[in-house]
Amino acid sequence: MQKPTDVGSNAAFLAVHLIDAGDVEFGGAASAKIKGDLRRLGIVEALARRAGIIAFEGEMNLILYSSHGGRITVCVDRGAIEITVEDDGPGIEDIDLALTPGYSTAPDWATDLGFGAGMGLNNMQKNADGFEIHSHIGSGTRIVCWIARGEHDAA
Amino acid sequence: MEFQEVARLVEGEVLVPPPDGGLPIDRAYAADLLSDVLALTEESTTLITGQISPQVMRVAEILSVIAVIFVRGKHPPGPLVESAARLGIPVVVTKKTMFETCGLMYQNGVRPCRNRPMLVRTPPSSPST
Repeated sequence: MQKPTDVGSNAAFLAVHLIDAGDVEFGGAASAKIKGDLRRLGIVEALARRAGIIAFEGEMNLILYSSHGGRITVCVDRGAIEITVEDDGPGIEDIDLALTPGYSTAPDWATDLGFGAGMGLNNMQKNADGFEIHSHIGSGTRIVCWIARGEHDAA
Repeated sequence: MEFQEVARLVEGEVLVPPPDGGLPIDRAYAADLLSDVLALTEESTTLITGQISPQVMRVAEILSVIAVIFVRGKHPPGPLVESAARLGIPVVVTKKTMFETCGLMYQNGVRPCRNRPMLVRTPPSSPST
């Protein structure tokens, strides 16, 4: 799907969440806040749920895999919800492989917490109407997901 | 089934009751792997799990989980219970296994939530010798 508009330039709502690498204790807290914010903005449950899932998968990826953490940016305008997840490394060597359900490089401690099943990136893509991923070894990863807002969606 | 009936059925201890007293439970999903819950459920549901990491309630909040049943006697830590109470998500803990819990609930009319099982990918077969 074509990205509806340049969401960032006309955002009615903008939030940036900084995520620390390895911060398992608070893992998912930013995403829960994002979902709550979207509901308070009047976004319908079905879309807020999808946005929350995208943010959560991105947040756990930053915690589990990034070198120095990263950030999640949420922009909302009349046409779409856009979620950007970015870090500065280490980068993904083989994006197609990383998008394959079940492929994982997660450490055992992540699996003990209930994560690292190798479905995160795939699940982000599944819940988005549009999905872009750019990654380079050494410079990091940037994922942009957007969800089109329907006519019944308020705000 | 009503939430309180489910709790009695699994001989569970209610840690957080439904905010309004009653809560119908008609569908459920069972997994320890939160990745599965996030990726494979297609609607809000009751969650049956043995996972007691802090992320359980955050996943529950994002997915609008109706209620959480902790199995195998996995007692959730205090902050997790407080979080459930704050979110208004009822919680019960049972000593029964996940299999027993699912079986009892299924026998009493609870059905799987809409879900999307992962496609099994078989590796290329090696040439026969």
